[in-house]
Amino acid sequence: CACAAMAAAEACVGQVVLPGDVLLLPAHPDEDGERLRLGTAAAPRGRLLCGPGLRRCAAGLLVTKCGLLRHRPAGGGAAAGGAYWVDSQQKRYVPVKGDHVIGIVTAKAGDVFKLDVGGSEQASLSYLAFEGATKRNRPNVQVGDLIYGQFLVANKDMEPEMVCIDSSGRSSGMGIIGQDGFLFKVSLGLIRKLLAPKCEIIQELSQLYPFELVLGMNGRIWVKAKTVQQTLIIVNILEASEYMTAVQRKQALAKLSGN
Amino acid sequence: FMQRGLDSQTKKQLEEEEKKIISEEHWYLDLPDLKEKESFIIEERSFMPCEDLLYGRMSFKGFNPEVEKLMVQMNSKWKEEEIEVDDKMEADVSDEEMARRYETLVGTIGKKFLRKRDHRVLQDEDEDGNSNTRPSKKAKKKFLKPQD
Repeated sequence: CACAAMAAAEACVGQVVLPGDVLLLPAHPDEDGERLRLGTAAAPRGRLLCGPGLRRCAAGLLVTKCGLLRHRPAGGGAAAGGAYWVDSQQKRYVPVKGDHVIGIVTAKAGDVFKLDVGGSEQASLSYLAFEGATKRNRPNVQVGDLIYGQFLVANKDMEPEMVCIDSSGRSSGMGIIGQDGFLFKVSLGLIRKLLAPKCEIIQELSQLYPFELVLGMNGRIWVKAKTVQQTLIIVNILEASEYMTAVQRKQALAKLSGN
Repeated sequence: FMQRGLDSQTKKQLEEEEKKIISEEHWYLDLPDLKEKESFIIEERSFMPCEDLLYGRMSFKGFNPEVEKLMVQMNSKWKEEEIEVDDKMEADVSDEEMARRYETLVGTIGKKFLRKRDHRVLQDEDEDGNSNTRPSKKAKKKFLKPQD
Protein backbone atom coordinates (compact mmCIF):
# COMPACT_ATOMS: atom_id res chain seq x y z
CA CYS A 1 0.00 0.00 0.00
CA ALA A 2 1.09 3.56 -0.57
CA CYS A 3 3.14 4.95 2.27
CA ALA A 4 2.38 8.54 1.39
CA ALA A 5 1.57 10.70 4.35
CA MET A 6 -1.17 12.48 2.50
CA ALA A 7 -3.75 10.69 0.45
CA ALA A 8 -7.34 11.02 -0.54
CA ALA A 9 -9.67 9.57 2.05
CA GLU A 10 -11.63 7.45 -0.35
CA ALA A 11 -8.53 5.81 -1.75
CA CYS A 12 -7.46 4.48 1.64
CA VAL A 13 -10.67 2.79 2.65
CA GLY A 14 -9.90 -0.77 3.65
CA GLN A 15 -6.17 -0.17 3.84
CA VAL A 16 -3.87 0.12 6.78
CA VAL A 17 -3.36 3.67 7.97
CA LEU A 18 -0.78 4.85 10.50
CA PRO A 19 -0.89 7.72 12.97
CA GLY A 20 0.20 10.90 11.28
CA ASP A 21 -1.39 10.19 7.92
CA VAL A 22 -3.55 12.96 6.63
CA LEU A 23 -6.65 12.01 4.71
CA LEU A 24 -7.80 14.62 2.27
CA LEU A 25 -11.47 15.04 1.81
CA PRO A 26 -12.79 15.86 -1.65
CA ALA A 27 -12.24 19.51 -2.35
CA HIS A 28 -15.29 21.50 -1.60
CA PRO A 29 -16.20 24.88 -3.04
CA ASP A 30 -15.79 28.12 -1.21
CA GLU A 31 -17.22 28.21 2.26
CA ASP A 32 -19.34 31.25 1.77
CA GLY A 33 -20.67 29.90 -1.46
CA GLU A 34 -21.47 26.60 0.20
CA ARG A 35 -23.27 28.30 3.01
CA LEU A 36 -25.66 29.86 0.57
CA ARG A 37 -26.06 26.79 -1.55
CA LEU A 38 -26.73 24.41 1.33
CA GLY A 39 -29.96 26.18 1.95
CA THR A 40 -31.46 25.55 -1.45
CA ALA A 41 -30.01 22.33 -2.77
CA ALA A 42 -29.52 19.21 -0.68
CA ALA A 43 -25.94 19.10 0.56
CA PRO A 44 -24.08 16.36 -1.32
CA ARG A 45 -22.21 15.20 1.72
CA GLY A 46 -24.26 16.42 4.62
CA ARG A 47 -22.41 16.08 7.87
CA LEU A 48 -19.40 13.84 7.87
CA LEU A 49 -18.87 11.72 10.95
CA CYS A 50 -15.25 11.52 12.01
CA GLY A 51 -15.12 8.41 14.14
CA PRO A 52 -12.64 6.91 16.59
CA GLY A 53 -9.02 7.04 15.52
CA LEU A 54 -9.50 10.16 13.43
CA ARG A 55 -9.28 13.86 14.16
CA ARG A 56 -10.15 16.98 12.28
CA CYS A 57 -7.26 18.98 10.93
CA ALA A 58 -6.81 21.83 8.54
CA ALA A 59 -6.55 19.79 5.38
CA GLY A 60 -8.93 16.96 6.21
CA LEU A 61 -8.75 14.10 8.68
CA LEU A 62 -5.70 13.20 10.74
CA VAL A 63 -5.19 9.57 11.71
CA THR A 64 -4.34 8.99 15.37
CA LYS A 65 -4.52 5.19 15.63
CA CYS A 66 -3.14 2.49 13.41
CA GLY A 67 -5.59 0.13 11.79
CA LEU A 68 -7.83 -0.31 8.81
CA LEU A 69 -9.75 2.66 7.55
CA ARG A 70 -13.46 2.00 7.30
CA HIS A 71 -16.12 4.01 5.58
CA ARG A 72 -19.85 3.95 5.67
CA PRO A 73 -21.42 5.78 2.77
CA ALA A 74 -24.08 8.35 3.33
CA GLY A 75 -27.51 6.90 3.77
CA GLY A 76 -30.72 7.49 5.64
CA GLY A 77 -31.26 6.28 9.15
CA ALA A 78 -29.40 7.23 12.27
CA ALA A 79 -26.54 9.26 10.85
CA ALA A 80 -27.03 11.18 7.68
CA GLY A 81 -23.82 11.70 5.85
CA GLY A 82 -20.91 9.36 5.51
CA ALA A 83 -18.72 8.14 8.34
CA TYR A 84 -15.01 7.37 8.43
CA TRP A 85 -13.30 5.56 11.27
CA VAL A 86 -10.25 3.46 12.01
CA ASP A 87 -10.83 -0.15 12.94
CA SER A 88 -8.05 -0.73 15.45
CA GLN A 89 -7.45 -3.49 17.95
CA GLN A 90 -6.64 -3.04 21.60
CA LYS A 91 -7.29 -4.67 24.93
CA ARG A 92 -7.25 -1.59 27.12
CA TYR A 93 -10.52 0.29 27.35
CA VAL A 94 -10.80 4.07 27.44
CA PRO A 95 -14.16 5.30 28.75
CA VAL A 96 -16.30 6.94 26.11
CA LYS A 97 -19.57 8.74 26.72
CA GLY A 98 -22.59 6.70 25.82
CA ASP A 99 -20.90 3.30 25.88
CA HIS A 100 -22.63 0.47 27.70
CA VAL A 101 -20.16 -1.33 29.96
CA ILE A 102 -20.04 -3.94 32.68
CA GLY A 103 -18.59 -2.60 35.91
CA ILE A 104 -17.64 -4.34 39.15
CA VAL A 105 -18.58 -2.55 42.37
CA THR A 106 -15.45 -2.01 44.44
CA ALA A 107 -16.58 0.41 47.11
CA LYS A 108 -19.62 2.09 48.57
CA ALA A 109 -18.81 5.63 49.60
CA GLY A 110 -21.92 7.15 51.09
CA ASP A 111 -24.28 7.88 48.24
CA VAL A 112 -21.97 6.85 45.47
CA PHE A 113 -20.66 3.49 44.29
CA LYS A 114 -17.19 3.12 42.84
CA LEU A 115 -17.04 0.79 39.87
CA ASP A 116 -14.08 -0.77 38.17
CA VAL A 117 -14.63 -0.53 34.42
CA GLY A 118 -11.15 -1.38 33.23
CA GLY A 119 -10.13 2.20 32.58
CA SER A 120 -7.48 4.31 34.22
CA GLU A 121 -9.90 5.53 36.88
CA GLN A 122 -12.79 4.04 38.68
CA ALA A 123 -16.20 5.23 37.58
CA SER A 124 -18.70 6.63 40.02
CA LEU A 125 -22.36 5.63 40.08
CA SER A 126 -24.91 7.43 42.18
CA TYR A 127 -27.53 5.35 43.97
CA LEU A 128 -30.24 7.56 42.46
CA ALA A 129 -29.27 6.57 38.94
CA PHE A 130 -31.34 3.40 39.00
CA GLU A 131 -34.90 3.05 37.82
CA GLY A 132 -37.35 3.71 40.62
CA ALA A 133 -34.69 4.74 43.11
CA THR A 134 -35.47 7.40 45.66
CA LYS A 135 -33.78 8.50 48.83
CA ARG A 136 -35.89 6.08 50.82
CA ASN A 137 -35.91 3.29 48.24
CA ARG A 138 -32.24 2.52 47.68
CA PRO A 139 -31.03 -0.12 45.24
CA ASN A 140 -29.60 -3.23 46.80
CA VAL A 141 -26.02 -3.05 45.56
CA GLN A 142 -23.18 -4.82 47.36
CA VAL A 143 -19.45 -4.74 46.83
CA GLY A 144 -18.58 -7.27 44.16
CA ASP A 145 -21.84 -6.96 42.21
CA LEU A 146 -21.86 -6.61 38.44
CA ILE A 147 -23.55 -3.58 36.97
CA TYR A 148 -24.48 -2.94 33.35
CA GLY A 149 -24.69 0.77 32.72
CA GLN A 150 -23.70 3.55 30.38
CA PHE A 151 -21.33 6.45 30.73
CA LEU A 152 -22.82 9.84 31.36
CA VAL A 153 -19.51 11.68 31.59
CA ALA A 154 -16.31 10.28 30.19
CA ASN A 155 -13.43 12.50 29.20
CA LYS A 156 -9.77 12.66 30.00
CA ASP A 157 -10.17 15.53 32.44
CA MET A 158 -12.85 14.19 34.74
CA GLU A 159 -13.65 11.07 36.66
CA PRO A 160 -16.04 8.94 34.59
CA GLU A 161 -19.62 8.80 35.78
CA MET A 162 -22.07 6.03 35.03
CA VAL A 163 -25.82 5.75 35.17
CA CYS A 164 -28.19 2.82 34.90
CA ILE A 165 -31.11 4.68 33.36
CA ASP A 166 -31.51 6.24 29.98
CA SER A 167 -32.58 9.76 29.15
CA SER A 168 -36.27 8.99 29.62
CA GLY A 169 -35.74 7.54 33.08
CA ARG A 170 -36.27 3.89 32.18
CA SER A 171 -33.67 1.25 32.88
CA SER A 172 -33.97 -0.47 29.47
CA GLY A 173 -32.03 -3.50 30.61
CA MET A 174 -29.36 -1.72 32.60
CA GLY A 175 -28.76 -2.21 36.28
CA ILE A 176 -27.50 -5.03 38.48
CA ILE A 177 -26.72 -8.21 36.59
CA GLY A 178 -28.16 -11.21 38.36
CA GLN A 179 -26.64 -14.06 40.28
CA ASP A 180 -24.37 -16.79 38.91
CA GLY A 181 -22.89 -16.61 35.50
CA PHE A 182 -19.29 -16.09 34.46
CA LEU A 183 -17.43 -12.87 33.70
CA PHE A 184 -14.35 -12.83 31.48
CA LYS A 185 -12.36 -10.34 29.46
CA VAL A 186 -11.68 -10.24 25.74
CA SER A 187 -10.21 -7.69 23.40
CA LEU A 188 -12.27 -4.73 22.27
CA GLY A 189 -12.16 -5.74 18.63
CA LEU A 190 -13.89 -9.03 19.39
CA ILE A 191 -16.66 -7.26 21.27
CA ARG A 192 -17.35 -5.09 18.26
CA LYS A 193 -17.35 -8.13 16.02
CA LEU A 194 -19.83 -9.87 18.29
CA LEU A 195 -22.08 -6.83 18.44
CA ALA A 196 -22.17 -6.37 14.69
CA PRO A 197 -25.68 -6.69 13.25
CA LYS A 198 -25.31 -10.15 11.75
CA CYS A 199 -22.68 -11.92 13.76
CA GLU A 200 -22.19 -15.52 12.76
CA ILE A 201 -20.58 -16.49 16.05
CA ILE A 202 -23.60 -15.40 18.03
CA GLN A 203 -26.02 -16.96 15.59
CA GLU A 204 -24.23 -20.29 15.70
CA LEU A 205 -23.96 -20.25 19.47
CA SER A 206 -27.63 -19.47 19.86
CA GLN A 207 -28.46 -22.75 18.17
CA LEU A 208 -26.61 -24.75 20.82
CA TYR A 209 -28.48 -24.26 24.06
CA PRO A 210 -30.36 -21.53 25.90
CA PHE A 211 -28.10 -19.00 27.53
CA GLU A 212 -27.89 -15.35 28.44
CA LEU A 213 -25.14 -12.99 27.40
CA VAL A 214 -24.17 -9.47 28.37
CA LEU A 215 -21.48 -7.73 26.33
CA GLY A 216 -19.77 -4.67 27.71
CA MET A 217 -17.87 -2.32 25.44
CA ASN A 218 -14.99 -2.41 27.91
CA GLY A 219 -14.11 -5.91 26.81
CA ARG A 220 -16.04 -7.77 29.51
CA ILE A 221 -18.53 -10.51 28.72
CA TRP A 222 -20.88 -12.16 31.19
CA VAL A 223 -22.40 -15.51 30.29
CA LYS A 224 -24.98 -17.57 32.09
CA ALA A 225 -26.36 -20.94 31.03
CA LYS A 226 -28.28 -23.68 32.78
CA THR A 227 -25.29 -25.72 33.91
CA VAL A 228 -21.74 -24.79 34.74
CA GLN A 229 -20.43 -27.00 31.96
CA GLN A 230 -22.53 -25.27 29.30
CA THR A 231 -21.43 -21.88 30.60
CA LEU A 232 -17.78 -22.84 30.36
CA ILE A 233 -18.21 -24.22 26.86
CA ILE A 234 -19.67 -20.92 25.69
CA VAL A 235 -16.89 -19.01 27.42
CA ASN A 236 -14.23 -21.10 25.70
CA ILE A 237 -15.82 -20.69 22.28
CA LEU A 238 -16.11 -16.93 22.66
CA GLU A 239 -12.53 -16.56 23.78
CA ALA A 240 -11.20 -18.78 21.05
CA SER A 241 -13.33 -17.26 18.31
CA GLU A 242 -10.99 -14.32 18.19
CA TYR A 243 -8.37 -16.40 16.46
CA MET A 244 -10.37 -19.26 14.96
CA THR A 245 -11.41 -19.18 11.36
CA ALA A 246 -15.03 -19.74 10.47
CA VAL A 247 -14.33 -23.31 9.36
CA GLN A 248 -12.60 -24.23 12.62
CA ARG A 249 -15.41 -22.71 14.61
CA LYS A 250 -18.03 -24.68 12.75
CA GLN A 251 -16.08 -27.86 13.30
CA ALA A 252 -15.84 -27.19 17.02
CA LEU A 253 -19.54 -26.46 17.27
CA ALA A 254 -20.44 -29.53 15.27
CA LYS A 255 -18.46 -31.66 17.74
CA LEU A 256 -20.30 -30.06 20.63
CA SER A 257 -23.75 -30.41 19.25
CA GLY A 258 -22.93 -33.99 18.41
CA ASN A 259 -21.99 -34.74 22.04
CA PHE B 1 -19.72 49.38 48.77
CA MET B 2 -23.33 48.68 49.53
CA GLN B 3 -24.44 51.53 51.70
CA ARG B 4 -27.79 51.91 53.30
CA GLY B 5 -30.03 54.72 52.32
CA LEU B 6 -28.44 55.40 48.96
CA ASP B 7 -30.71 56.96 46.41
CA SER B 8 -31.38 54.95 43.32
CA GLN B 9 -29.72 57.65 41.26
CA THR B 10 -26.51 57.59 43.19
CA LYS B 11 -26.58 53.81 43.05
CA LYS B 12 -26.86 53.92 39.28
CA GLN B 13 -24.00 56.37 39.06
CA LEU B 14 -21.82 54.17 41.19
CA GLU B 15 -22.61 51.13 39.05
CA GLU B 16 -21.81 52.98 35.88
CA GLU B 17 -18.52 54.11 37.27
CA GLU B 18 -17.65 50.58 38.27
CA LYS B 19 -18.53 49.29 34.85
CA LYS B 20 -16.33 51.92 33.22
CA ILE B 21 -13.41 50.99 35.38
CA ILE B 22 -13.90 47.33 34.62
CA SER B 23 -14.26 47.80 30.88
CA GLU B 24 -11.10 49.83 30.64
CA GLU B 25 -9.10 47.25 32.50
CA HIS B 26 -10.81 44.37 30.75
CA TRP B 27 -8.34 42.63 28.45
CA TYR B 28 -9.47 41.55 25.06
CA LEU B 29 -7.79 40.11 22.06
CA ASP B 30 -7.19 42.46 19.21
CA LEU B 31 -7.61 39.70 16.67
CA PRO B 32 -10.37 39.69 14.10
CA ASP B 33 -13.16 37.20 14.68
CA LEU B 34 -12.23 33.83 13.26
CA LYS B 35 -14.79 32.36 10.94
CA GLU B 36 -16.23 29.11 12.09
CA LYS B 37 -15.09 26.65 9.53
CA GLU B 38 -15.64 22.98 8.83
CA SER B 39 -18.86 22.80 10.76
CA PHE B 40 -19.88 19.74 8.81
CA ILE B 41 -17.34 17.35 10.26
CA ILE B 42 -18.39 15.90 13.60
CA GLU B 43 -15.83 14.21 15.78
CA GLU B 44 -17.10 11.13 17.51
CA ARG B 45 -15.16 8.92 19.89
CA SER B 46 -17.67 6.14 20.20
CA PHE B 47 -18.10 3.21 17.84
CA MET B 48 -21.86 3.02 18.24
CA PRO B 49 -23.00 5.39 15.50
CA CYS B 50 -20.29 4.25 13.11
CA GLU B 51 -20.94 0.55 13.10
CA ASP B 52 -24.59 0.32 14.19
CA LEU B 53 -23.82 -2.07 17.00
CA LEU B 54 -26.58 -4.09 18.60
CA TYR B 55 -27.71 -3.89 22.18
CA GLY B 56 -25.34 -5.55 24.64
CA ARG B 57 -27.77 -7.78 26.52
CA MET B 58 -28.84 -10.90 24.70
CA SER B 59 -30.73 -14.02 25.58
CA PHE B 60 -31.35 -17.09 23.45
CA LYS B 61 -33.88 -19.90 23.45
CA GLY B 62 -36.01 -18.28 26.10
CA PHE B 63 -33.44 -18.24 28.87
CA ASN B 64 -34.48 -14.79 30.04
CA PRO B 65 -37.80 -13.66 28.48
CA GLU B 66 -37.47 -10.06 29.63
CA VAL B 67 -34.12 -9.70 27.94
CA GLU B 68 -35.53 -11.24 24.77
CA LYS B 69 -38.32 -8.67 24.74
CA LEU B 70 -35.73 -5.97 25.26
CA MET B 71 -33.66 -7.30 22.39
CA VAL B 72 -36.55 -6.98 20.00
CA GLN B 73 -37.37 -3.53 21.27
CA MET B 74 -33.88 -2.07 21.26
CA ASN B 75 -32.73 -3.55 18.01
CA SER B 76 -35.80 -2.56 16.09
CA LYS B 77 -35.33 0.96 17.35
CA TRP B 78 -32.28 1.31 15.20
CA LYS B 79 -33.82 -0.18 12.11
CA GLU B 80 -37.08 1.73 12.22
CA GLU B 81 -36.84 5.21 13.57
CA GLU B 82 -40.41 5.19 14.80
CA ILE B 83 -40.90 3.35 18.03
CA GLU B 84 -44.00 1.26 17.59
CA VAL B 85 -46.40 1.79 20.41
CA ASP B 86 -48.37 -1.25 21.43
CA ASP B 87 -51.34 -1.21 19.11
CA LYS B 88 -53.23 -3.89 20.88
CA MET B 89 -52.95 -3.94 24.60
CA GLU B 90 -53.61 -7.44 25.79
CA ALA B 91 -56.87 -7.18 27.63
CA ASP B 92 -57.20 -8.80 31.00
CA VAL B 93 -60.91 -9.17 30.51
CA SER B 94 -62.31 -10.37 27.18
CA ASP B 95 -64.69 -8.22 25.20
CA GLU B 96 -67.68 -10.51 25.78
CA GLU B 97 -67.26 -10.55 29.49
CA MET B 98 -66.90 -6.79 29.46
CA ALA B 99 -70.17 -6.40 27.59
CA ARG B 100 -72.03 -8.70 30.01
CA ARG B 101 -70.72 -6.93 33.06
CA TYR B 102 -71.51 -3.56 31.64
CA GLU B 103 -75.13 -4.51 30.96
CA THR B 104 -75.76 -5.51 34.56
CA LEU B 105 -73.74 -2.61 35.86
CA VAL B 106 -75.87 -0.04 34.05
CA GLY B 107 -79.00 -1.62 35.52
CA THR B 108 -77.82 -1.62 39.11
CA ILE B 109 -76.46 1.90 39.06
CA GLY B 110 -79.54 3.11 37.24
CA LYS B 111 -81.82 1.79 40.01
CA LYS B 112 -79.88 3.79 42.55
CA PHE B 113 -80.81 7.03 40.88
CA LEU B 114 -84.51 6.26 40.62
CA ARG B 115 -84.84 6.82 44.32
CA LYS B 116 -83.11 10.15 44.29
CA ARG B 117 -84.75 13.39 43.41
CA ASP B 118 -84.73 14.19 39.78
CA HIS B 119 -82.58 17.28 39.58
CA ARG B 120 -83.39 17.82 35.94
CA VAL B 121 -87.07 18.24 36.74
CA LEU B 122 -86.30 20.84 39.39
CA GLN B 123 -84.17 22.80 36.99
CA ASP B 124 -86.92 22.77 34.35
CA GLU B 125 -89.40 24.10 36.82
CA ASP B 126 -87.10 26.93 37.70
CA GLU B 127 -86.56 27.90 34.10
CA ASP B 128 -90.21 27.69 33.07
CA GLY B 129 -91.95 29.42 35.90
CA ASN B 130 -89.50 31.88 37.32
CA SER B 131 -91.99 34.49 38.34
CA ASN B 132 -94.40 31.96 39.75
CA THR B 133 -92.03 29.95 41.83
CA ARG B 134 -89.77 32.64 43.11
CA PRO B 135 -92.27 34.71 45.04
CA SER B 136 -93.82 31.55 46.41
CA LYS B 137 -90.42 30.37 47.58
CA LYS B 138 -89.65 33.72 48.96
CA ALA B 139 -92.96 33.74 50.72
CA LYS B 140 -92.16 30.41 52.28
CA LYS B 141 -88.75 31.44 53.40
CA LYS B 142 -89.78 34.72 54.92
CA PHE B 143 -90.39 34.79 58.54
CA LEU B 144 -94.13 34.80 59.17
CA LYS B 145 -94.98 37.05 61.94
CA PRO B 146 -97.43 35.53 64.29
CA GLN B 147 -100.66 37.36 63.92
CA ASP B 148 -101.90 38.89 67.02
